[in-house]
Amino acid sequence: MFQILNEDGKIVNEDDMPDLSDEELKELMRRMVYTRILDQRSIALNRQGRLGFYAPTAGQEASQLGSQFALEQEDFILPGYRDVPQLIWQGLPLYQAFLFSKGHFHGNQYPENLHALSPQIIIGAQYVQAAGVALGIKKRGKKNVAITYTGDGGTSQGDFYEGINFAGAYKAPAIFVVQNNRFAISVPVEKQSNAKTLAQKSVAAGIEGIQVDGMDVLAVYAATKSARDRAVNGDGPTLIETLTYRFGPHTMSGDDPTRYRTEELDNEWAKKDPLVRFRKFLEDKKLWSEEDENKVIDEAKEDIKQAIKKAEEQPKQKVTDLISNMYEELPSNLQEQMEIYKEKESK
Amino acid sequence: MAQMTMIQAITDAMRTELKNDENVLVFGEDVGQNGGVFRATEGLQDEFGEDRVFDTPLAESGIGGLAIGLALQGYRPVPEIQFFGFVYEVMDSINGQMARLRYRSGGHHTAPITIRAPFGGGVHTPELHADSLEGLIAQQPGIKVVIPSTPYEAKGLLISAIRDNDPVVFLEHMKLYRSFRGEVPEEGYTVELGKADVKREGKDVTLVSYGAMVHASLKAAEELEKDGIDAEVIDLRTVSPIDYETIIKSVKKTNRVVVVQEAQRQAGVAANVVAEIQEQAILHLEAPVLRVTAPDTVYAFSDAEEVWLPNHRDIVEKVNTVINF
Repeated sequence: MFQILNEDGKIVNEDDMPDLSDEELKELMRRMVYTRILDQRSIALNRQGRLGFYAPTAGQEASQLGSQFALEQEDFILPGYRDVPQLIWQGLPLYQAFLFSKGHFHGNQYPENLHALSPQIIIGAQYVQAAGVALGIKKRGKKNVAITYTGDGGTSQGDFYEGINFAGAYKAPAIFVVQNNRFAISVPVEKQSNAKTLAQKSVAAGIEGIQVDGMDVLAVYAATKSARDRAVNGDGPTLIETLTYRFGPHTMSGDDPTRYRTEELDNEWAKKDPLVRFRKFLEDKKLWSEEDENKVIDEAKEDIKQAIKKAEEQPKQKVTDLISNMYEELPSNLQEQMEIYKEKESK
Repeated sequence: MAQMTMIQAITDAMRTELKNDENVLVFGEDVGQNGGVFRATEGLQDEFGEDRVFDTPLAESGIGGLAIGLALQGYRPVPEIQFFGFVYEVMDSINGQMARLRYRSGGHHTAPITIRAPFGGGVHTPELHADSLEGLIAQQPGIKVVIPSTPYEAKGLLISAIRDNDPVVFLEHMKLYRSFRGEVPEEGYTVELGKADVKREGKDVTLVSYGAMVHASLKAAEELEKDGIDAEVIDLRTVSPIDYETIIKSVKKTNRVVVVQEAQRQAGVAANVVAEIQEQAILHLEAPVLRVTAPDTVYAFSDAEEVWLPNHRDIVEKVNTVINF
């Protein structure tokens, strides 16, 4: 397992230490704290009925944000349903992320500078699509990558394998991230495969594979950065397995992790918390203080308050909106239905 | 004008669009140097290069994903699924993904993709090559389904499909690939999607059909003429969305309808046509609308195709039933 920072916040692998400025290191911490607060608030807002579908992210901050931090603005993200934080830090306004949760199409109308698809619900589909985006980037001669994410369970899908294999066959600039949080809803990773690592699945596609400490933001960043460098240099895709853990339930739609996870396991992984170790590392370097942290927390809470307000002020969807988003030119059946609903909506 | 088979017209349409738009990409299993298992892409890789016309690994789902990803980079993909029976491998990419891309992104992303695939019976193919599965795609909002029956229309409809900024499934009936030639203009031209064509005018009964069944319907119409029955034959050309305006106009004239499809009775799109006619024109009907279809079994073992596939005799029989109702 590739690691740079251990659980005590000490550098254990100086050679691979990424070249990040003090400001960048602080920014990484700021984002992780902000995202942890976002997760806590999202769970609360979901419980109050002010948000809809929500897949908790606490525990996966290093894995999600360390990899996103290695991207350029023109890179293309194909997220899974748990990968909203990467979109937010790549430029998705928070209120739109909330609209996605609530089930409003405006949540998916991305700003021009955000090159991404909205979170993919069909596990594996983002992988085959990423191979296509990466091939398109290569054909256009752009120095960019397509990055996509799935979980440990997702590695059992056919599309997972087809995606990495296609990208390999075309030497396409793709980064495939597997966030192994050990559970696919209630099914432990041991029941997905007899393979000892998920990273070794890259061998089947003949591509690079690396297993990373997914609770170590520096290791995830370094692995993604190096995969990105190889990809833009024409050396093809990489599969990155991040060993991580979700502290919360699978989603807020009724999942209860106490049915399938032991307290011992939760406690063991709580010690690996990516925020704790990175905080220690930064504090040792005198780059982080309680004051810094509280400032981020306040800022996050205020942003979230404004964003949920803005999401709630969004005009309600009408059937005529949904019809107009179907095609460039409406076919006759929809033209007819458009008239019917226009009439209904005018009453 | 040139005399072309339907498959030559299809190749010609792809050549026209590869020339016309540098974003057009043709890819699939064996479509490159081999020129396709039916020679539909013959010569295209030599003419346009491997960057534009290329082979893929053997994985339909991957091909679908590739098309979506390339579309997201501004390309106009024309992927091929070798036989439409293999569509089950790529149902998610088609119905679950590309058909929904514009809608799910609120118009931010589009999928100008044309999926070409052969299908259709009468040529003794092995299992799952000939199945008529157009009904599955026709049920999915966000995608169009086109089925040409002549060389002229194949070229014009395929060019329209490729130029359309939403996804289109373009189904090519294998029996029609080389069974006859027709006049095809050499230049690029379009035939509008979503518009049916009256292949034969008549006043006594309307035959609504598509694919190979258009030719069976025309043959039936010739036989019926001998008995003094004047059949109007409508070729849907696009089975989703269906051009009901042309159908209803014809129904109001003939007052009798038979809908003809090669698919099983529980499949295809015939039931949609019947439903729409009864909603829009029930007071113009002198008889119930009847259907000619295959039986509701799995597609026939090849040696049983002749007794299983619907043909012109089945159509004549059904027309006599509605005439004598």
